[in-house]
Amino acid sequence: MTSVKAKTLRVGDGASAVVVPETAPPANKRRRKPLTFDKISFFVVFLGVPLAIYIIFVIWPFIQAFGYSLTDWSGFSPKQNFIGLQNYQKLFADDVFMKAMGNNILLVIFLPIITIILSLVLATLVTVGGSSKGQIKGLRNSSFYRVVSFFPYTIPAIAIGIMWGQIYDPSGGLLNGILTSLGMDQFKSYAWLGDKSTAMIATMFVIVWGFIGFYMVLFVAGIKGIPAELFEAARIDGAGRFRTAVSITIPLIRDNIQTAYIYMGILALDAFVYMAALNSGGGPDNSTLVMSQQLFFTAFTKGQFGLASAMGVVLAVATLIFSGLVFLVNRLTGGDKDVSL
Amino acid sequence: MTTKIASQDMKSLHFNPRKPALTTGDRVVGAVSHTALSIWSLIVILPLLWTFMSSFKTSSEIFASPFALPSQWRFDNYVRAWTEAGIGSYFLNSVIVVGSALVIVMVLGAMCAYVLGRYVFFGSKAIYYLMLAGLTFPIFLAMVPLFFVMRNIGLLNTLPGLILVYVGFALPFTVFFLFSFFKSLPHEITEAAALDGAGEWRTFFQVMLPMAKPGLASVAIFNFLGLWNQFLIPVAINAAGPRVLSQGLAAFAGQMGYAVDFGALFAAVTVTVVPVLIVYIIFQRQLQGSVSQGTSK
Repeated sequence: MTSVKAKTLRVGDGASAVVVPETAPPANKRRRKPLTFDKISFFVVFLGVPLAIYIIFVIWPFIQAFGYSLTDWSGFSPKQNFIGLQNYQKLFADDVFMKAMGNNILLVIFLPIITIILSLVLATLVTVGGSSKGQIKGLRNSSFYRVVSFFPYTIPAIAIGIMWGQIYDPSGGLLNGILTSLGMDQFKSYAWLGDKSTAMIATMFVIVWGFIGFYMVLFVAGIKGIPAELFEAARIDGAGRFRTAVSITIPLIRDNIQTAYIYMGILALDAFVYMAALNSGGGPDNSTLVMSQQLFFTAFTKGQFGLASAMGVVLAVATLIFSGLVFLVNRLTGGDKDVSL
Repeated sequence: MTTKIASQDMKSLHFNPRKPALTTGDRVVGAVSHTALSIWSLIVILPLLWTFMSSFKTSSEIFASPFALPSQWRFDNYVRAWTEAGIGSYFLNSVIVVGSALVIVMVLGAMCAYVLGRYVFFGSKAIYYLMLAGLTFPIFLAMVPLFFVMRNIGLLNTLPGLILVYVGFALPFTVFFLFSFFKSLPHEITEAAALDGAGEWRTFFQVMLPMAKPGLASVAIFNFLGLWNQFLIPVAINAAGPRVLSQGLAAFAGQMGYAVDFGALFAAVTVTVVPVLIVYIIFQRQLQGSVSQGTSK
């Protein structure tokens, strides 16, 4: 009895040594060795150099931004007066900034959900579109679709914006050309980006266009990671394709969906490149103006660096709230209870 | 990885003697799937093809009809874009900046991830969380202070400054992904290297780094795309410096209001898009493999 226990204990020790090597005996032995030049220089260079760059160019500016946001600094004056939360009060009383924030909220609500639903549908078509008999397999010749779908992700966002700006062009653009050749003459010189009612939708379409393929490839990879036995079992139990997609696939790639949702949301809160390329001035009636554009303008054109930093803080807080909400909703709807593989 | 599985499926399909007949339901679903995916592929390809075609047209041809083929395949749009608009030198700047930043961030990121993943010391957890924080906060928060940091150290509007900032902002992603990779490499190998008399430096460069190649390749691909596409950082801290491609393209499109040269604009966009697209098509198997690697962890 005891020998068995001792054995299992030893096995347990071995396993923990593999998982947490730092607690294993060799680590202790290593620590007792004298510090050599090799070791010291190794740590200084390997940890010191990357950390120095990271702290100077990333962390320090992040921290400074909070400080600047409490001052009235205009950047080039030596004086920085501490004005407390006045910048924030000013922001929340500023109609243009609130309009920009509203547009960001609009983007955050619609962009992730549209992108994820469409890419999930495409990923499902690719992976379970094959025969319902025999081995579980995807649609035939589907790798072509996957390769093509990923194209937009390899194109710089600014090039995507400029390209679509030309496609939406009222007189020489591709879209109106197609629509008028289909007989819809009312679109002959319709300015998609110049009209308040369509500017935002047209802009959202461009962003969705740029990201569906990436998330489709991500979801396809996730779905391929699910063991085929699960699909076979569902099929034997009489589940059709739709039922399989809803009850098996989506719950099992839930973590991928959550990650995608957060990434897309963070992008929607930024969206600077697309907005700057499609409607650099904020669009008709500021209908496509976003906070990041307003921040850039306030800082680098107007030189109100304190106020711009406060906008940055608002943007960061919004990002954190959004991520927190996504985690919370996923948790509340039973995300943690699901079987994970 | 995934394409391999798919091709294996395809092979077994051909040689499977018990190949089941397709039901009508299967045919309908297959047809619907192919139709939907074809429509989507068209939506992706058409704008790109149209841009490519328009890059050979004159401005008046572009306005005459968006569909007509150019009357002749002329390259003067490309010549104007490359020289007069400066796309050529922007392209070169981008290659220099992204190339240098990529090499530096891969080396430094691998070093940092290696130390964090394989050694435990006071503060190692804190450093790891500091890296995570850098992934969470939007770059925009840092822009204003970063501008003054760069000005104070005299690197504002210079390419070396841009390279350093690129390295800084690509570092957390790199460390985060390579961290788990180095952690999973077996410890016996480090011990064997130590027994054979290799110091810490040698162990890393001659033993661990070559073993981490697959992970390094995936991270490098994503870092390359991210840095090549970067727009905000150059327009904020390199506004008056030598322009990189994304920045130059935006500036060129911004002038368009005054001097309309749409043909050259399309040529400039094509020059930006095509090289990366070709590289992607060559390496697409590897890239799709790395997407699946990234998600399975």
